[in-house]
Amino acid sequence: MAKPMEKITWQELEAGSVVTEVGNARVYETGSWRSERPVVEASQCIKCGVCWLFCPDACIVRASDGHFEADLTYCKGCGICAKECPVGCITMIAEEG
Amino acid sequence: MARQRKGIEVSIAMADAVAQANVDVIAAYPITPQTHIVEHLSEIVANGELDAEYVPVESEHSAMSVCCGSSAVGARTFTSTSSQGLALMAEIFYIAASMRLPMVMALANRSLSGPLSIWNDHTDTMMVRDAGWIHVFVENGQECYDNVFCGYRISEDPSVMLPLAINLDGFILTHMIEPVIYEDNETIRKYLPDVRMKNALHPDNPVSMGCFAMPEIYTEAQMNREQGILNSYPTIIKAWKEWGDLTGRYYHPIETYRTEDAEYCIVTMGSYGETAMEVVDALREEGEKVGVVKIRLWRPFPFEDFRRAVEGKKSLIVVDRAISFGGPGGPVALELRSALYGRPNAPAIVNYVAGLAGRDVARSDFRKIILEGKAKASKGETEGFTLYGLRG
Repeated sequence: MAKPMEKITWQELEAGSVVTEVGNARVYETGSWRSERPVVEASQCIKCGVCWLFCPDACIVRASDGHFEADLTYCKGCGICAKECPVGCITMIAEEG
Repeated sequence: MARQRKGIEVSIAMADAVAQANVDVIAAYPITPQTHIVEHLSEIVANGELDAEYVPVESEHSAMSVCCGSSAVGARTFTSTSSQGLALMAEIFYIAASMRLPMVMALANRSLSGPLSIWNDHTDTMMVRDAGWIHVFVENGQECYDNVFCGYRISEDPSVMLPLAINLDGFILTHMIEPVIYEDNETIRKYLPDVRMKNALHPDNPVSMGCFAMPEIYTEAQMNREQGILNSYPTIIKAWKEWGDLTGRYYHPIETYRTEDAEYCIVTMGSYGETAMEVVDALREEGEKVGVVKIRLWRPFPFEDFRRAVEGKKSLIVVDRAISFGGPGGPVALELRSALYGRPNAPAIVNYVAGLAGRDVARSDFRKIILEGKAKASKGETEGFTLYGLRG
């Protein structure tokens, strides 16, 4: 697992700040600044995977029953999934507090 | 190719050197006075004499973008530009250094607009002084030819991995026909190893380059760059030393001429060094204790070499080829003043800005600059700068 960026010293960086650890973006929890979150009405989901394809953060995961949901640790609340869902089963709900 | 001495245009010799260095990718957009370099390279590639990709891009911004891509996969990369072309390239020029992508650029120095001018001075290169590239200045055709090989050797060294610009004065060098010694290919092969890049883009070893950085890491990334360019110094010295051992032509970060017993020196960067040496010879015959200090390595700036070179001198007359508007004078004088500031018995510095946009600075002008500068220094007139030859 990558070191959190506020702990990395300049000596530990690769030349050119090249990132050599694949997929280490997962330690950066981008879900903290979201103002709206997507809520999926699972009973209406046709399991087509369009939201999964369109999500720019690749944070949509497949639940055990086959429908799709956003991983809120990373979801920035952009609403693209809700906009693209062909059956309209995703609603953007305001985050409170 | 066998070792031979040729009478040849400097641009063509430089292009031939790039071909001898066996580059893989050339991406460039033609601009005066760099044009002959890239035209000749496109001929060499089109004739099948060099197995390389020549990418005729639609702009300099794209040229540098192609160079970044090709360097990132570990291909030996060359480009060349001047003035407005460099300005258009500036965004990616910085990125090449920040991503530590080795490549060599022939930067045919030309004034920046405006007024629009195609002629030579150093305003273009000063625009990118702080971009993090290694900058070398050359004085003649042979130095252009030689520094292509030294340039790749330094730039691609695994401990350096930085882009390098060879600054050659537009027209004064690019369009001059001079004798140039071409080394044989065997010598070049011995001197210049293949590119060995630790983190080249390759599917077997996936890495991410040019990533976004939050405030938490940007400072560390900048220090990593600063240390990277400072660490290049020993490699530069070694590359020049080994080139000298092979060819008999040695290069140094700061070069001096008749300075041993000199009381004062003229300081130049680029092709003016040759004229300055001739004038110093003449003045020496008249009993003037004057020498020449030439700056070859501009970034990383060789502070210690410079301080050693001018130790004990009474004054330095620094000839700049650009102005920092509203600032302290020319960029070179600014650098040297700060290198000596607060040191006991530091020489006084008198700054001239001369030869803007190709205005001729003949031997008689150098003579005037040197003698006038010496008088100014002795009177303590060392503030600011003098725009040499200005009317009104």
